Amino acid sequence: MATKASRTAARMMISPAVILLFAWMIVPLVLTLYFSFLRYNLLKLGKRPFVAWENYYWFLTDPSFTAAIVNTLVLVGGVLLITVFGGILFALLLDRPMFGQGIIRIMVIAPFFVMPTVSALIWKNMFMNPVNGIFGRIAVGLGYPPVDFFGQMPLASVIIIVAWQWLPFATLILLTALQSLDQEQLEASEMDGANWPSRFWYIMLPHLARAITVVILIQTIFLLSVFAEIRVTTNGGPGTASTTLTYLVYVSSLLQYDVGSGSAGGIIAVILANIVAIFLMRMIGKNLDA
Amino acid sequence: MARAVSTRTKAVNTAIAGTLGFVMFFPILWIIILSFKTEEDAIRAPLEVLFGSGWTTENFSKVQARSDYFKHFSNSVIISLGSTLLGLLIAIPAAWSMAFVPSKRTKGVLMWMLSTKMMPPVGVLVPIYLIFRDLGLLDSRIGLTIVMMLINLPIIIWMLFTYFREIPREILEAARMDGASLKAEILYVLTPMAVPGIASTILLNIILAWNEAFWTLNLTASKAAPLTAFIASYSSPEGLFHAKLSAASIMAIAPILILGWFSQKALVRGLTFGAVK
Repeated sequence: MATKASRTAARMMISPAVILLFAWMIVPLVLTLYFSFLRYNLLKLGKRPFVAWENYYWFLTDPSFTAAIVNTLVLVGGVLLITVFGGILFALLLDRPMFGQGIIRIMVIAPFFVMPTVSALIWKNMFMNPVNGIFGRIAVGLGYPPVDFFGQMPLASVIIIVAWQWLPFATLILLTALQSLDQEQLEASEMDGANWPSRFWYIMLPHLARAITVVILIQTIFLLSVFAEIRVTTNGGPGTASTTLTYLVYVSSLLQYDVGSGSAGGIIAVILANIVAIFLMRMIGKNLDA
Repeated sequence: MARAVSTRTKAVNTAIAGTLGFVMFFPILWIIILSFKTEEDAIRAPLEVLFGSGWTTENFSKVQARSDYFKHFSNSVIISLGSTLLGLLIAIPAAWSMAFVPSKRTKGVLMWMLSTKMMPPVGVLVPIYLIFRDLGLLDSRIGLTIVMMLINLPIIIWMLFTYFREIPREILEAARMDGASLKAEILYVLTPMAVPGIASTILLNIILAWNEAFWTLNLTASKAAPLTAFIASYSSPEGLFHAKLSAASIMAIAPILILGWFSQKALVRGLTFGAVK
């Protein structure tokens, strides 16, 4: 039962957070929107004429935009595939009775705590480097030519790195969900003669469905913004082979100083992320009522 | 009740899971090993690295001498701690009021706060960069601390909210009946019960701020550069020095690896916004 006084107090306590977040979200977003309609280059002084949809036109018809959208989808989709299927498998394997479960779990989860620039550099130099990398040495040892990962398959290499970082996250979430499954239900089904596949399909998977959805949505939000891994390894190349939308906006605004075009790209990224966000918010919102 | 499992089954399970763990952990293990090798040994074949070479600790001091690890380390500490504490200062009252004095709008406000987290950083990169340039906040610790606080604020509020919501309200009402003021209620009743939740929140946010690599790379140059940028500087020619790169990497991730071990539960709750507990 909240009195009137405590309601006023509550409003006062919440307002700094609301005001700050509002300012943080709205001010830059409105500015981005505004810039996206101007011809605005940081290197050119003077007028910034209003050009309506010109920036969008150029951004959307630029071949590197199409490449960036495709790369973004491949990157997000590829990492999701690896992490969701891998995560389910890992969670199932880690949930069984074993010795030293705590230590093994920590080893599986550790990559999530490695900062993106470090994991990108480790993979780039120690593993994927065709001369000194471990993969290259193994290939040569077996009599094959070493693979130049970032030259021949740049996007796939980035996917491997990012998946290594996010597989622990999916595993941890799914393992947590799996452990909340009622053991008696499983035992009962086993007594009734259900074999492992049907127990997995009819009991475990439905129980995990929510956690899987959450993993997909949250990872999508983060994966749309993958930046450091690309910046440190391929710089979006060769050509535009590993340029994602996030990276393309970075290139046009901070490397080419074309604020107008970069802003148009930023707005497009916001729209794409919102489509995912709507689904995620609905899921979490439902949970809030429960 | 867990069923009795034969030692043999357990051993097989351990072997399978242990292999997974080893494979996932191997890149980290490998740079730990390389960081104790000389440059010449570090680029030899893996088996020679393991069995045919000596050990040294010179890389760590060389990394410090070459790129001033401690400056970047202290930037990372200041930015991640500062942003977390600043965030708590703003988030605790907000989460408290939403958990204990909910109104019709509470759910809407929470969802809206969450939505700010969904905004891709590139959408606001340009204006933030320009505003920071005009205010002289580029490459400053204060600027980065504020940005880190703002991008993590929704997570802090949500985490605290889910923890606060689990505190039985009757206890607070009892305190109120006994004549405790709002201030006393928060200080002596709520806080002790909320400390574990607050601690987990702090832990997770330090980790997130420590590892954040979009704003830290784009808004800093040298003065305020934290460890993410320190490592990125090893990406070009210097990257060929595997032993030093390994030592630098270990120095950058070790504090968080250790914190991370304690924060697995907080991580699940914080990053799924309470949807999985």
